[in-house]
Amino acid sequence: MILTHFKRVIRSGFVNFWRSGFLSFSAIVVITLSLTIFGSLIFGSAFGRALLKEVKNKVDINVYFVLDSQETDILSLKKVIENLPEVEKIEYISREKALADFRDKWKDNTLILQGLDEIGTNPFPAVINIKAKEPSQYAGIASFLDSKSSLSKEGVSIVEKVNYNQNKIIIDRLGRIIPAVEKTGSILAIIFIIVAIIITFNTIRLIIFTAKDEISVMKLVGASNLYIRGPFVISGIMYGVFSGVLTLILLGAFSYYSDVILLKFAGVQGVQDFSLLVNVFSVYFISNFPQIFAIIMGSGIVLGAVSSYLAVKRYLRF
Amino acid sequence: MIYFDKVSKIYPDESIALDQVSFGVEPNEFITIVGHSGAGKTTLIKMLIAEDKPTEGAVFFESANINKLKKSEMNKLRRRIGTVFQDYRLIPNKTAYENIAFAMEAAGRTDAEIHSDVPHVLDLVDLGNKIWSFPGELSGGEKQRVAIARAIVTQPDIIIADEPTGNLDPINTFEIIKILQKIHKMGTTVLLTTHNKGVVDEVGGRVITMEKGKIIRDDKAGKYIL
Repeated sequence: MILTHFKRVIRSGFVNFWRSGFLSFSAIVVITLSLTIFGSLIFGSAFGRALLKEVKNKVDINVYFVLDSQETDILSLKKVIENLPEVEKIEYISREKALADFRDKWKDNTLILQGLDEIGTNPFPAVINIKAKEPSQYAGIASFLDSKSSLSKEGVSIVEKVNYNQNKIIIDRLGRIIPAVEKTGSILAIIFIIVAIIITFNTIRLIIFTAKDEISVMKLVGASNLYIRGPFVISGIMYGVFSGVLTLILLGAFSYYSDVILLKFAGVQGVQDFSLLVNVFSVYFISNFPQIFAIIMGSGIVLGAVSSYLAVKRYLRF
Repeated sequence: MIYFDKVSKIYPDESIALDQVSFGVEPNEFITIVGHSGAGKTTLIKMLIAEDKPTEGAVFFESANINKLKKSEMNKLRRRIGTVFQDYRLIPNKTAYENIAFAMEAAGRTDAEIHSDVPHVLDLVDLGNKIWSFPGELSGGEKQRVAIARAIVTQPDIIIADEPTGNLDPINTFEIIKILQKIHKMGTTVLLTTHNKGVVDEVGGRVITMEKGKIIRDDKAGKYIL
């Protein structure tokens, strides 16, 4: 009998969904808008993370060594820095590599290469490029380097210059801005989600309000609360499924055409400036599709089902 | 079978809908409750189907105090009462068949029973050709016949008809009363409210007259005196 009841509830939910065409359409539109807000937040968060990652990657400390310093001294200092917990990545560029890189970069500019040849010697110092895990950690690394550079071999400093002080203002500012942006983003996301839930709930409540007489008839013929509520919850789940599919199509289309949109609004130069951000949406959408699918469909189904469940509840009292 | 024990209903605005109403209904009776609009007929029906609660007194169905029943027990009781209303109260997005089948589903009947009984009961109210029509496609008289079919399909102990002819023309009124009489002859108790003298004259039987929330007459032979 339970199976028969279940089958009847499912069938009734489907039939109600199709027969209440305009109301179902309205619910789907509203839930789709809510889910699109969820999706935009997911994409916004991905975009923000990519942007912050790129900005963070642009920030580093370069340690320039005096021209006649020994490579063994530099490598031993590199090893010490490497073991610092704040350091994420460290790269050593020898004088020879710096020269080769320069030549490669300006291979089409004979004037510059001619000038370089006229100098006769390699003018480029060896460099160690250090990336910290967080922008706020650069100050600590810089002060460590200051103390280490004084401990030079045979009393002679091998460090010519540490460029932290030139970048200090930007680095400090980023250290303050990034957490603030992340916090504000989370608060905004919560507000948007609450607004979307309230709008969806009220729409479904209005739809079920139109069925209040129907519910009272069901009560009069002795239907149990579960039996009355079931079809409405099934219809709610269907609103969620259809809205979820529509939202995924909208998000997919947006991520596919995001490069074109970015190019249109930011212009060619803007796109070049943020070259790493090109394809961020399409790559993110494809690589995280199972999670996005689960979040969007899950949210849609839960929103539809829970809203319907709660909206019917108030008419089941007598 | 049913007993109203000094039932009063006073609304928050102090208006008295029922005032110390007491009467009993025996099995297989056909009782007509008459009275002007506002006499308390519909409030009386609402008490019986637990759509509203009395301020004082109690309503008994057999030995059970209706207002003290649990929800699940109340659902079971409602399956033993068939209800017909002036405004039909059909589910608009279900066909005639589905409206009737729903009552059977709620009563826990099997699919086989539904498939055999619903067409039969629609034939009984002469609507065998409207089985797949939606309420919006039916006339007032046809809607009321679907409502009666829904009320009787679970073979309830009692049919409560609250002004079932209130929205109908004389021909449809006559037909609905004939159907209710036929149901009564098949052994079902019928409780009918009306303010139509012609209906009371047609039905005969016990007539309870109400005025301003009180029972002012209870006649065994049908009389409409107001």
